[in-house]
Amino acid sequence: MSDTDKQLRVSKIENGTVIDHVHGGQALNVLAILGIDGSGGEQVAIGMNVPSDTLATKDIVKVEGRELSQDEVDVLSLIAPDATINIVRDYEVVEKHRVDRPGTVTGVLSCPNRNCITNADEPVETRFDVLRDGVRCEFCGQIIREDIASHIDDD
Amino acid sequence: MRHDHLLTANQLTREDIELVLDRAAEVDANPAAFGKRHAGTLLGLCFFEPSTRTKMSFEAAMKRLGGDVVDMGSVDSSSVKKGESLADTVRVVEGYADALVLRHPLMGAAKMASEFVDVPLVNAGDGAGHHPTQTLLDLYTIRENAGLDDLTIGIMGDLKYGRTVHSLATALTNFGASQHFVSPESLKLPRSVRYDLHEAGATVREHTDLEAVLPQLDVLYVTRIQRERFPDENEYHRIAGEYQIDAETLDAAKDDLTVMHPLPRVDEIAPEIDDTDHARYFEQAHNGVPVRMALLDMLLEGDS
Repeated sequence: MSDTDKQLRVSKIENGTVIDHVHGGQALNVLAILGIDGSGGEQVAIGMNVPSDTLATKDIVKVEGRELSQDEVDVLSLIAPDATINIVRDYEVVEKHRVDRPGTVTGVLSCPNRNCITNADEPVETRFDVLRDGVRCEFCGQIIREDIASHIDDD
Repeated sequence: MRHDHLLTANQLTREDIELVLDRAAEVDANPAAFGKRHAGTLLGLCFFEPSTRTKMSFEAAMKRLGGDVVDMGSVDSSSVKKGESLADTVRVVEGYADALVLRHPLMGAAKMASEFVDVPLVNAGDGAGHHPTQTLLDLYTIRENAGLDDLTIGIMGDLKYGRTVHSLATALTNFGASQHFVSPESLKLPRSVRYDLHEAGATVREHTDLEAVLPQLDVLYVTRIQRERFPDENEYHRIAGEYQIDAETLDAAKDDLTVMHPLPRVDEIAPEIDDTDHARYFEQAHNGVPVRMALLDMLLEGDS
């Protein structure tokens, strides 16, 4: 894919965010993290398994009318560590940055350990420490390494 | 100690542990000197699970420090039965007591509860998670009998769900102990404990039978293989039988092997071992009082 193609792809939205260099097949999980399922009326464009110079294949997610918060970017980093975030205003990319892995993620993932206090009816948000190769529940210690996106809390 | 709460063994440094054990030795040597140190102080006991030794030893410890306890009683007779959350319960009991002791069936309960209270909170067991005060009395017993340096210890039984094992194994990494874990395949150490051990630089040596490793051991720490973990009763009996020790088993052990068990035992240790020099499990249980006196003394005086 040429730079011109990339530019065209990015410049197609007027205002919003383009999430590029997402590992192939993770685009729907990116939408899940952002809480986008179409019911809110957002305009979303997705490219899946697009050829990439740096990744074998990549996904691209473009969300019209929405700029990602830092919290959202932090969580995205767990499933899309190589992603670049492009903020677009008036068809121009005004900000472009890579994601950084946060130290912790709060209130986003649910703990798969059914004996964890975060799964009881208590007034507590989940908190996971981000490890080199996964995340760990701060309460029960459970480590998640595989398929982190499947633990995104959809409540 | 630098901590307001004692939640897991992970938070204890070697220095923390030695401070508590040294204070416990002072208590042991001269209990009368500690008899009025905390007169008028109240310890809140919140036990959401049955407990005999832990609860009684905390109660004894507080009373021997000159204080007293307020006990929420059994879950069936408390507001928990009415649906009160743990967060609310500890916030209420905090108003009655100067420190709290919590046992709860869910992992991470103590960690969560500690975020709702300002008084010191001690984890007295959270499901299959941690039991750090058991670890302190275990370490005290080990230090008295075998020393904590150059220690080779075997930890045998239910390593997956045994919270005493999780805390002990983690704490022992502070002392560079050589640890051997003996269990059925299905009850091996959980991933989270392995992670802590690896992070601390410890090597996890796992075995399915005791025979090969027994002659090397200074301490053998036995835990109960819990019948309720097995859907098949026959499978339980088959496995549990392989993790029982008797006098004949110990023929292959060092003469000064220390045998420990957090109790209660069922049939993991034959009664014939009770009268041998190996048996230290009742001494271990008794050490719960001076060790918990020391810990409470330090937490209540804000010994930072």
